Amino acid sequence: MTERWQLVVIGGGPAGIGAAVAARRSGLSRILILERDREAGGILNQCIHNGFGLHYFGQELTGPEYAGRLADQLKAEGLKVQCDTMVLAIEPGGTGHRIGLMSASEGYRWIESQAVILAMGCRERTRGAIGIPGKRLSGILTAGTAQRYVNMEGYMVGERVIVLGSGDIGLIMARRMTLEGAEVVACVELMPYSGGLARNLVQCLDDYDIPLLLSHTITRIDGQERVSGVNVQAVDQDLKPVPGTDRYFQVDTVLLSVGLIPENELTRAAGIEMDPRTGGALVRENKETSVRGIFACGNVLHVHDLVDYVTQESEEAGRAAAAYVNGLTPAVSSEEDLVRVIPGPGIAYTVPQEIRVSRAQDPIRLFFRVRQPEKSPRRILLKDGDRVLGSFRKPYMAPGEMEDLTLTRSLLEEIQGGQLEIALEEKEGGITAQ
Amino acid sequence: MYDVAIIGAGVVGCALAYTLSQYQVSVLLIEKENDVAMGASRANTAIIHAGFDPPPESLMGQLNVEGMHRCYELCRELDVEHRQTGSLVLAFDASQRLTLEELYRQGLANGCAGLEIISGDQARQREPRLSPDLVAALWAPEAGVINPWDFALAMAEVALRNGVIFMPDSRVTAIRREPGFYRMGFQDSEEEIKARYVVNAAGLESGLIHDLVAEPSFQIQPTRGEYYLLDRTAGPLIQSIIFHCPTEHGKGVTVSPTIHDNFLVGPNSQIIDDPDDTGVTRAGLDHIGEIARKMVPSLPLNANIRNFAGVRANSDRQDFVIGLAAENFLDLAAIKSPGLTSAPAIARLGRDLLSENGLDLKKKEVWEGGRRVIRFKEIPEDQKEAFVRDNPLYGRVICRCETITEGELVACMKSPIPPVSIDGVKRRTGSGLGRCQGGFCGPRVLEILARESGRQPLEIEEDGRGSRILTRPTKEGCPRD
Repeated sequence: MTERWQLVVIGGGPAGIGAAVAARRSGLSRILILERDREAGGILNQCIHNGFGLHYFGQELTGPEYAGRLADQLKAEGLKVQCDTMVLAIEPGGTGHRIGLMSASEGYRWIESQAVILAMGCRERTRGAIGIPGKRLSGILTAGTAQRYVNMEGYMVGERVIVLGSGDIGLIMARRMTLEGAEVVACVELMPYSGGLARNLVQCLDDYDIPLLLSHTITRIDGQERVSGVNVQAVDQDLKPVPGTDRYFQVDTVLLSVGLIPENELTRAAGIEMDPRTGGALVRENKETSVRGIFACGNVLHVHDLVDYVTQESEEAGRAAAAYVNGLTPAVSSEEDLVRVIPGPGIAYTVPQEIRVSRAQDPIRLFFRVRQPEKSPRRILLKDGDRVLGSFRKPYMAPGEMEDLTLTRSLLEEIQGGQLEIALEEKEGGITAQ
Repeated sequence: MYDVAIIGAGVVGCALAYTLSQYQVSVLLIEKENDVAMGASRANTAIIHAGFDPPPESLMGQLNVEGMHRCYELCRELDVEHRQTGSLVLAFDASQRLTLEELYRQGLANGCAGLEIISGDQARQREPRLSPDLVAALWAPEAGVINPWDFALAMAEVALRNGVIFMPDSRVTAIRREPGFYRMGFQDSEEEIKARYVVNAAGLESGLIHDLVAEPSFQIQPTRGEYYLLDRTAGPLIQSIIFHCPTEHGKGVTVSPTIHDNFLVGPNSQIIDDPDDTGVTRAGLDHIGEIARKMVPSLPLNANIRNFAGVRANSDRQDFVIGLAAENFLDLAAIKSPGLTSAPAIARLGRDLLSENGLDLKKKEVWEGGRRVIRFKEIPEDQKEAFVRDNPLYGRVICRCETITEGELVACMKSPIPPVSIDGVKRRTGSGLGRCQGGFCGPRVLEILARESGRQPLEIEEDGRGSRILTRPTKEGCPRD
């Protein structure tokens, strides 16, 4: 007999736990959370710095403390995470979705679930993805892998370090390596702006006198078996190295913080529609994917800047999955009131990408990121064709920080063309008060 | 005293060790690196060549087709991943079409079967993503792709199982002729080894080894080739191996599927001074990309998993250097492309030459061939449940991108030639080969390798000597488990 669940959550990090707790509170009793690592909590376990929880718990916590709060919630709801278990495949089905999974303790098996929540998180881009010239050497790690070694395994990965890329994990690790006694010579960023949070630039680089070299990149890595040095050059507007700007740094370690990629191999293999802009599934107002009964939340959906937002998003997904299982959402949805959200000029992506107006909460929250840093206040326009339905003013925006806006039901009902464009207003007049 | 010492555990040294292990002779396989196949056998285009490239009068021409047939047999016997894909050489103009005809004639003379010159349209019917500009192609159905590293390892494992001794981390720096035998000395070691016959299968260093015993007669010209490895999500792209028409610089840039369904693009050809210089350059990669896109215009180079370079043991002879360099000293030297394909035939020829020169080769009464590797991914769906129930370690996935289990890792660590480094595990199991490049599984593999080999995590190296990953514990003085 195939095991049957109401909800299977794939991933036992903050997204998976948040979703499972919310689904439980919404009345589901048979929930299974699957985690491939040995412990629940996901990447929070290795993020031993503080800065988590201000938005959600109203208190500044470390990563493990945040994970501990989530664990308490799980316990209170009588839920457990099944660790050391890998999901190998999802086969969507009309009445139930089949999930192939494997663990050393329970072996290889297929189970069935009415609803599935995808919460697999993301992975780091690697050296191959950016193609730095040079030999294959030890001492070249992604910042997250270094973080695992230093904070969880208890080993240093190098003594003289350069960080390539200024994503948040790279910034955090620049500080962490410094605190453990390594010398961090610089953080090198290809773009003319950082991809990390402003507060991390201050607290992790400035406070430790680590120079941030914007519009620079590593053009060569030297060494025999381990890294011995790197050549750094400035880049021009086309991001091409500028001859004659070479600077050489003797280092034994290169940490890469060059971007995160949602881990959607299972999603793609299940035939779920993807959004190339986010690298995650395309979702509707309730975080439901193109396959009915399969939802997505957290970094597998789009890369978040703060875990607090992951938790909030996951709770939405968990409630929506519960409503689906409890039959509170119509089996056949009318597509007549579907609004596609289009990222317009200056906007990198939005989540959700589609809204079924009659089903959406009122108001509904929409996340987006801008393409370029906007240092002066800018206005975000909500457009139905040429018609501007509304606007928001944002004082400061950067690609490294997620932005949100709320849409009211009445605004959504005004849309006639089936599309809502989110766009940055042209600079002229953009600074006028709201 | 050994009967035969083979210097170099690349694919040629391993093939000879495999061959000689079937006879009643004592054999020592010496390797300067910490693992087998660490030079040209490790980083190459991973192709079983059909045999139309080399001129018929060359040793390469005489050994390629024999080696090709034997490669396929050995891959089946030793459970080495391989796939017969066929290959296409593309011609973009009339003069290149003439080259195809020349290759066709050579192929017939060398003994290739099934060669066919087809039109551009026929080629595009086979491979719809080929350029609209190509005018003709040479189809060679016998070509295929192989896991070259595992091929060398598999032969070495069988050799060891049948009595051959493997001596890694040993660089031969002196060879002295004494009555009836050779005495060999090693870098950073007092140890001496004696052997009645010495075989030089030292690849990129085969010129140096030759010169220790005989007058210099050939010169190795280390030739670097750079590559892209594209993720399988770039596919579907091509089914068969796509060669550019050969030039004076070699067979030219290739776009090839790999046994793991990824795609390999490369190599270029640069003569370099340092045979260890496996660095990639922006200019080299851009050049490869340009030629490859001429053949397959939609080639998604942004699906790159990793760039790497291999160094080939080309020489000033333009052919393999095979023969007695001194009494009882055999060169299997300057083995360039198609050396991987030819390796089993080179080993056969090496055996014959040793025998002709007095090595008494009597077959062993008991010789245990064959090899079986358990790869979780390949277990049929209806057997997985029972298999994991009986072998729980195969139920724990360590490498998520390639679905490699702890069972596979531990099995390779208990094999006749266990890995000593993270990359050694990667080469044996495929862990860390995928899109995350070991970011997630690296720490787990390190932990399992330390546990299984009884070493401290700090001692574990990424690859060769000196490539340590960890530098010190973060909490000095704290008790550790």
